[in-house]
Formats: sequence, structure tokens, C-alpha cells
Amino acid sequence: MYTTDIYEGMIAETINISGYNNDEINAYFARPINKEKIGGIVLIHHLPGWDEWYRETTRKFAHHGFAAISPNLYFRDGHGEPDDIAAKVRANGGASDKQVVGDATKAMKYLKNLPYSNGKVAVFGTCSGGRHAFLAACTEKGFDAVIECWGGRVVMNKEELNDKQPVSPIDYTEGLNCPILGLFGKEDQSPTPDQVKQHEDTLIKHNKSYEFHMYESAGHGFFYYDKPVYRPEACQDGWEKIFDFLDRKL
Amino acid sequence: MCTMIVEKTNIQGSGKGNKGWFKLSQANVFFDHPTHLHMDYAINIDFIDATQEESKRIAIELTPDSAKNLIDTILESLKKGSLMGLKI
Repeated sequence: MYTTDIYEGMIAETINISGYNNDEINAYFARPINKEKIGGIVLIHHLPGWDEWYRETTRKFAHHGFAAISPNLYFRDGHGEPDDIAAKVRANGGASDKQVVGDATKAMKYLKNLPYSNGKVAVFGTCSGGRHAFLAACTEKGFDAVIECWGGRVVMNKEELNDKQPVSPIDYTEGLNCPILGLFGKEDQSPTPDQVKQHEDTLIKHNKSYEFHMYESAGHGFFYYDKPVYRPEACQDGWEKIFDFLDRKL
Repeated sequence: MCTMIVEKTNIQGSGKGNKGWFKLSQANVFFDHPTHLHMDYAINIDFIDATQEESKRIAIELTPDSAKNLIDTILESLKKGSLMGLKI
């Protein structure tokens, strides 16, 4: 809990890390200045790109006491304004699941190797990043918690599968080896409430630790304060649930 | 969600960006989240020169109704030109 008499310092900067296939990529890294051991968060950005919202959110996690890193998943696609790079990636069908999960895993290991790490790291993502966060936690070891915000296409039909996204993430549920927090909107078109139910049923079937919250009168992306999908009450409650979850799991 | 709906077509034309005119060779049409337009889903079109490495583009984001109206308007213009004897 932040109080006004607390000294707060933070370092937030762009760094280079080793990503999937040992490719060098850049990442936005924010952490509080303190002497305590702290937990870490890997943020997997959404398809609209490595944008300002993800930088702000990286700093938000640092403000709350975590070492947070957001790898640039589109580093290999060149540089420019985030939306221009995202447009280029989108035209090519997005980054492959393998590459994104690889980058996220390397970012997790980077955090765990920090001298001030408490040894625990969560993975967070919204939209396609939520899907990738779940996928990473199911297919790679080392994540201690996952926060999936309105992850679309966790449930994919056969027609949607392709070389870059060859397996529907829900089919990896059995491999999930950490607790999951899921935040969803009842008016979302993807994931639909039925798909979220399917997601939840599969977690139950495999006896996984999960906490799902479905917000009434909210759709997709209800944290995005500059979009019409923004829902202040769901956003406020969602963030409270995220930090409560992280305090318990990390 | 990000729909990943993308349709591409080759085009011949030119577009003007913030650094002047450049050739266009491809239009990428998405039905997905817009960046600027206040809608969940929109028709987003990027006009690009696919022969160049640069990421510069002419980007537009339209409501579905606006996209349909634009298609009709373009077709109407072509029809009038044809009636005037212009080669199409």
C-alpha cells in the first residue's frame, strides 16, 4: 500500500536482452529502487504493438513494487512509430506463437537472474498478449502466475490455425503449472462468454488453480482509457484483483 | 480480440505521406481494432510500397458503413468516367 510518506524511486529504461533463438531484442524495463527482494512481471504486448499503454503499464507494475519488463515482440520487424510497425506485422499474420513465447520466456529468465529477484515471475498480457501469456505459462516452465486479460482466440477452431499459430492454446491447458487470473467482459465478441466458459471448464477438468472474473457491461479492452471500450468500474476492480493476486502469488 | 482478418491486393498508384509522395504497390485491408478511430472494429487500410523496406504507409480507418459508401462512390465515379468515354 502506497502512503504519502514513502520514498519512491524508479528506474525505467530501454534495454537489450536475448530473445527467442538468442536473437537480440530490446525491452522496456522498470523497477523500483529498493534493497528488498522483489517479484517480477513479464508483459506481453498486444497486436496493436509495443505502444505507450504497455510502457505505462510496465511502470505501473514497478510503482507497485515489481520488476517489470515488456519485450518488444516486433523488434525483428524494424523500427518506426509503434502503430506503423504493428501494421507491418499484422499484414504478415502477426508474430509466431513460438517466437512470442520464446521472447517471453527469455524475459522471465532475465528477471529471475536479477540479484534482487525473489525468484518469482508472473506473466501478464491483454488481448493477443493475454492469449500469449496463457500459452507461455502452459508450454514453458518457470512462470509462477499468469494474468490473462480478455485473451481472444485461446479457443480457436481448426480453420483459424496456421503455421504461426498451429495449436489452439486451450489444448495446452494440461501443461499449465501456475495459478491463473482471468479478467473478461461479458459483452466481448472474442472471447465470447461461451468461450470463457469453455476455457474455465478445461481448467477445472485438469484441476488447475484459477480465478476468473466476468464483468457485466464490459466488452473487450476495458482497461484502455483512451478507447470507447473503457469501463472505469471494471478497470478499477480489475487492477485491484491483479495486485491482490500478485501479492498472494509472488 | 485481434481478428487477424487481413486481405491484400496489388495496386498501382501514389500516395502522399508526411514526407511527400511515394509509389504504392499494395493495399492491406484489415477488419480489426483501429488505432485512432473510436470503434471496437473498423476497416483499416494501409497503402504501402511493398518493394521498399521502409514501414511508411498511408493509413486510413473507416467505419464499416463508411467503407461501403466509399466503395459505392468509387464505383459511381468509375461508371461516370466510363460514360464519358474514359478508358477504365
